[in-house]
Amino acid sequence: MESLTARILAKASGRERVEFGETVVAKVDKVMIHDVTGPIALEVLEKLGARIPRPDRLYVFLDHYSPPPSIPAANIHRKFRKLLKEYPGIKFFDIGEGVCHQVMIEGNVLPGEVVVGADSHTTTYGALVAFATGVGSTEAAYAIVKGELWFRVPEPLFIKLSGALPRYAFGKDVILYILGIIGQEGANYRSMEFLGPGLKHLSIGDRLTIANMSVEGGAKNCIFPFDEVMVEYLKGFGYVVELNKLSYLREPEGVKPDLEVNLSELKPMVSKPPSPANAVPVEEVEGERIDMAFIGSCTNGRYEDLFIAAKILKGRRVAKGVRLIVTPASKQVLLRAVEDGLVKVLLDAGAVVTPPGCGACFGANLGVTGDDEVVISSSNRNFVGRMGSPKAKIFLASPATVATSAVEGYIADPRRYLG
Amino acid sequence: MSEVGERKLIEGRALVVGDNVDTDAIIPGRYLTTTDPKELGKHALEGLDPSIPEKLRERSIIVAGRNFGCGSSREHAVLALLGAGVKVVIAESFARIFFRNAINRGLLALEAPDIRQKVRDGDSIAVDLDRGVVRLPTGEEVPFKPLAREVLEIIEAGGLIEKLRKELQRGEL
Repeated sequence: MESLTARILAKASGRERVEFGETVVAKVDKVMIHDVTGPIALEVLEKLGARIPRPDRLYVFLDHYSPPPSIPAANIHRKFRKLLKEYPGIKFFDIGEGVCHQVMIEGNVLPGEVVVGADSHTTTYGALVAFATGVGSTEAAYAIVKGELWFRVPEPLFIKLSGALPRYAFGKDVILYILGIIGQEGANYRSMEFLGPGLKHLSIGDRLTIANMSVEGGAKNCIFPFDEVMVEYLKGFGYVVELNKLSYLREPEGVKPDLEVNLSELKPMVSKPPSPANAVPVEEVEGERIDMAFIGSCTNGRYEDLFIAAKILKGRRVAKGVRLIVTPASKQVLLRAVEDGLVKVLLDAGAVVTPPGCGACFGANLGVTGDDEVVISSSNRNFVGRMGSPKAKIFLASPATVATSAVEGYIADPRRYLG
Repeated sequence: MSEVGERKLIEGRALVVGDNVDTDAIIPGRYLTTTDPKELGKHALEGLDPSIPEKLRERSIIVAGRNFGCGSSREHAVLALLGAGVKVVIAESFARIFFRNAINRGLLALEAPDIRQKVRDGDSIAVDLDRGVVRLPTGEEVPFKPLAREVLEIIEAGGLIEKLRKELQRGEL
């Protein structure tokens, strides 16, 4: 049995094939750092007096403090602007360009590549059949200088999808459901690899959400096999894929799945605090009064997320006393949402639309939670204190469930409006 | 971090924590605008319990349940523990990014099954690196899992930064 992760790592380490559990040194195509994890990487480079041999392979994002809410945050940005002066060739994304992971999948990551990012949600790019994993800042610095890194070839966790998602369920519901089954460390050190007939009905947006949150089960990386849906997506960013060159990234045959999920049977899911793996069907928490609703983040801040929210909010109002914060994940998303009138719908309904960034999800700016507040969020983590006050309670759900809840003022079932 | 190889016996009082302690709990997001270990150390594990930073003044060993360090990749979590004077974390299991960060930065991260049931908060315990055991106040010795070859290589080099420094000096680019 072979996994696509093993195939990518074999190619990147110049080997015919590699075994699960074996350690390989693989060539790294791209390294991503941002304004929270990047400063430590820069300190390491400075300490060593190391040069950056391939600035064009370094992606730098000012997204967590976008725009900076404090003097220390602004000073961090100064360091990166200095780096840009020194290395004009780095791929530099200033405040407002978007959340690193969203921008990376907008045409910056290609199938078969090896990408490491100093951020746990780097797993997102597996939706485009790249081997992508989160690393610490020191390892990012190592990969920046050496262009390679050691990896233990992860054992796969194969998940077979069948059927098609109903109108009211989304990629978010798929991954929350899976996390509910496998638990918070159910995929620890493993590659979460998807396959099966359900894939042809699953959009890239849904796949990105799933790959993004695979790390909440501990996964090292996530993989969706190469297929026609991906070809169409990449075309949208100007990439014409040579199909025969990528045939090795197609779904492997003869795989015995560890888990099977029938997409047609999925219900809207909600994860209760304080773990993304505390997932239950929405009816079990329906009626929980909320103070804040958040739609955004690298998990669910894409155009289709804003679209479904606008569909629900059109002609309706956010409940009195509740704040709905919408943060598009990138400038591209925001621009399209402006052009298509989604932003107007959201504003008319009473939402606050912020510039792109990591803000509220990360508890840094643009929507921090207060004591004893209850939040429903389309982001990825409901850990204690994640979005601000440690006394706040965070529930995770799809943008449709978040938008429905914002209208009702309590956690509510999106089937009410999408049934 | 070469001291890792030299200090064969690490003794100290244990702070015992539960399962799934995430890196937001180890160092909350609002403190991440600094990279100074001492500064970060003042807030180590504050997200789990605000009284822990005070306790850590006299504890240097953390004993944890499963999946310690899950969540965000922030290396500040390791720096915070080091800044608070923590020498070693013994857990039933670790989340993978935290484990790599710890080893790269010279914070010992050891896995020992059921350790959390065997150590009480505040116990004085010892980690014997030569013999691969954790010694409890009762005299009982609990073995920890041996570290993998590639992990030992980094520890022996004195951490990943030193490993990289040596590689750069040798002109391995």
